[in-house]
Amino acid sequence: MPACNASTSRPFELERSDPMHDPLHARRTRSATRLSTACALTLVAGSAVADGSLVVSNWDGYMPEDLPDRFSEASGTDVEVSFHATNEEIMGKVVASRGKGYDVLFVSSPFAEALHELDLLAPIDRAKIPNLANLYPQAEELAYDPGNTFSVPYAWGTTGLCYRSDRLAEAPDSWQDLLDPDESLVGRTTMLATDRWLMGAGLLARGYSVNETDPARIEQVRDDLVATKRTLLAYDDTTFYSKLVSGEADLVHAWDGWCNYGIAENPDIRYVVPEEGSDLWVDTMVIMKSSENVDAAHGLIDYVLGAETGQWVVENIMYKVPNEAAMGNIDPAMLESFPNLAMTPDELMQGEQLRDLGETQKAYTKAVTEITSSR
Amino acid sequence: MRAPTALVLPGLAWLVVFMLVPCGLILVYAFLERGTYGGIDWLFTFDNFVRGVEPLYVSILIDSALIAGSATAVALLLGYPAAWGIARAAPRWQTRLLVLVMLPFWSNYLIRTYAWIVLLNREGLISRGLVDLGVIDAPVSLLYTAPSVVVGLVYNYLPFVILSIYASLQRLDPSVLEASEDLGAPPWRTFVRVVLPLTMPGVAAGAVFVFVLSIGNFITPDLLGGGRVVMVGNLIYDQFLSARDWPFGAALSLALIAIMMGLLFAQAVATNRGR
Amino acid sequence: MAAERPAGTRGALATRLWLGGVLCFLYCPILVLMALSFNRAGLPTVWSGFGLNWYAELIESPEILSAARNTLVVAVASTLIATALGTMLALGVARRAPSSALDALLFAPMIIPDIVLAIALLSFYSLLNLTLGLHSIIASHVVFNIAFVCAVVRTRLKHFDFAVLEASEDLGASRFTTFRRVTLPMILPGVLAGAMLAFTLSVDEFIIAFFVAGPGESSTTLPMRIYSMIRFGVTPEINAMATIVMLFSFTLVLLSQRLDRSATLPDD
Repeated sequence: MPACNASTSRPFELERSDPMHDPLHARRTRSATRLSTACALTLVAGSAVADGSLVVSNWDGYMPEDLPDRFSEASGTDVEVSFHATNEEIMGKVVASRGKGYDVLFVSSPFAEALHELDLLAPIDRAKIPNLANLYPQAEELAYDPGNTFSVPYAWGTTGLCYRSDRLAEAPDSWQDLLDPDESLVGRTTMLATDRWLMGAGLLARGYSVNETDPARIEQVRDDLVATKRTLLAYDDTTFYSKLVSGEADLVHAWDGWCNYGIAENPDIRYVVPEEGSDLWVDTMVIMKSSENVDAAHGLIDYVLGAETGQWVVENIMYKVPNEAAMGNIDPAMLESFPNLAMTPDELMQGEQLRDLGETQKAYTKAVTEITSSR
Repeated sequence: MRAPTALVLPGLAWLVVFMLVPCGLILVYAFLERGTYGGIDWLFTFDNFVRGVEPLYVSILIDSALIAGSATAVALLLGYPAAWGIARAAPRWQTRLLVLVMLPFWSNYLIRTYAWIVLLNREGLISRGLVDLGVIDAPVSLLYTAPSVVVGLVYNYLPFVILSIYASLQRLDPSVLEASEDLGAPPWRTFVRVVLPLTMPGVAAGAVFVFVLSIGNFITPDLLGGGRVVMVGNLIYDQFLSARDWPFGAALSLALIAIMMGLLFAQAVATNRGR
Repeated sequence: MAAERPAGTRGALATRLWLGGVLCFLYCPILVLMALSFNRAGLPTVWSGFGLNWYAELIESPEILSAARNTLVVAVASTLIATALGTMLALGVARRAPSSALDALLFAPMIIPDIVLAIALLSFYSLLNLTLGLHSIIASHVVFNIAFVCAVVRTRLKHFDFAVLEASEDLGASRFTTFRRVTLPMILPGVLAGAMLAFTLSVDEFIIAFFVAGPGESSTTLPMRIYSMIRFGVTPEINAMATIVMLFSFTLVLLSQRLDRSATLPDD
């Protein structure tokens, strides 16, 4: 899920300079040293993408900043990075242009599945990605793409509750703590805005599947969430953690990696997977069928799956990666500071994976519209 | 001496190709079906319009109209006295004041809306200021509600309202006011019975401008609404990006255009009748 | 309305105060952003000293510089094209009998909600299988810029005495010479005002650019960048960005005002 590129820090935070515990500092130092290369690349790239180059679309700050340069040096292929703020944004653009102009996309699993159904993806040639061996065995049996035939997992995790332990009387442990909050929390909670996760919280609370297609159940969840809206501060996909840090909110619906950003800024922030369970979300890399550089695209994915890159991802954006080789190298101290990083693949696999809903997507969109526009 | 057609052709051609044709495409899309995973299926259907009149979408339209209407009313209330103040100022000051009023209008819309996020959030200036002054006990969030969207809309369009009303005020013949006074009418009645009707074109132009731009607005509810305020512009955006239901988005777009055309037409008729 | 009233009547004072209040309302948010951009800590409620650090971070950011460059390229290109086409349109239309169909066409770009236009253009470009990039943004911006330039120049032409053109031609000047020596100088202030208006609109335009831009930094404009910065939170860099962008707009507008005073005053 999208990582934050925020660089706000409280005055007292600036004292910390230990890269392990202040990844924001580490990132900035790193980016400062890569500055001239990045600048040169930008000026050279211009508005035409040269032959033998790749266009990659990802969330801002979700992969190492120097990865494009390092890959270019190693392989000779230029990489131009494009940013999208949400899955929907890149899906909208890619469906409109039928993939033209993009080579590699980072999208969440249900969207990868949709792209596959729309016949916009190139098949993954495993022979060209030897680093697939670095993946956990579980990461090769993901429900939306068993065997990773059209997508390769990049990061994975859970969705749960992120909260200020110093502000809440007791630690939350159920989705109901968010959906039907305590008096003291009214107007101090947020929920994720993306329809699948918004509905997901309600579905899990009732013990339904996150890919539920029964219209009656969808309507039940919708009614629950309409009631929840009256207690909410806002729907927020991107700034919920900074609301916790600033005190605007006390309990938010969050992806685990995002919550780690909050934890890094304020150790009173905690993350918990509610007792009713979470989904297992997976952010994947896919190659567009329209790509003119499929081989180079495979090369890039292989590079990303390297143990070193995986380790960077965990250390800097604090997300779990399905990269066994990388996770093995993580400093135990980091796992202590950010407990959700220590979740094992077996634990993760207990979460249900989001699948594309096909025709039922309309019902979800309508339900979400009804929820967000309700009074 | 008639100007050669060649003069008009390039500009018209551009407008036809890059505006009429795309809008025509939207018209066509509105009658097609959504593909199973998104995109377009070239199958004819009236479904999108049937869906468009479902209570959910009608209520969103009504809510958008209410928000736009509130923004219009507030802008008029704030703007008329301000325009009056400018019109009564010394002539050399009038231009300066107008420029002063219009300057924010020409700056970046996103930034002007963002300023209100900074001001209205729970830990923002206004909330903290009220706490420090002892007016309230605990910080309060003024954001992510319909009123905050109204504030954003008023802020963005107020300058134009002032400009528009000022234009009408400027054309007022002072002798008419004097005549009304001479006949013994108190200032208030002069205003209501004489000035207001005579400045109606300016008021109407300003009102329609604010309303039309507010009802189709996307950025303000998106930034200030916190996902809780859904207006027609957001709905259309969602159809194209989240739902990937282009035909339905197209149908909603047509409905929006139709409403705006209707309003403008009504305004034009009213203005002409006034003459 | 130069009606004379004795200064200091309660009515006059009240309206002056109201005007002052309105100006305050219009400028306070902007001034707050500007003040915050110099706040070393960046927080809205704690002043920790004057600092230019946020400006430094902004200037050093390659994405910002690239976006600014792209925005200028788009604005200049679309302004040049739109000014030429829009002026020609205005000249061509001014001499003809008024036609509501033509007027509707010319005013439509200003009236169609920008999100609808954005989506229509994206649908159009994708149907044609066009590669998106800065050029698609430029082409799209020209659409509303033509309408504005045309409107401004038409207003100017209302006071134009076309008999002068006839006189010029009677005296033997070619059409082109007449245009160059007679028409152009007289409409130039209006044309320039229209051009500045078009430039300002293009520099600030967000939603159309968002939809029709191509992938990558090479196709990202500054408003697109600002939007994604805002989406990711209230950060101090945005305040610095806001200040720079605002000052830039103000300078442009004041310049344009200098060039043609009557262009900012309504004419009909």
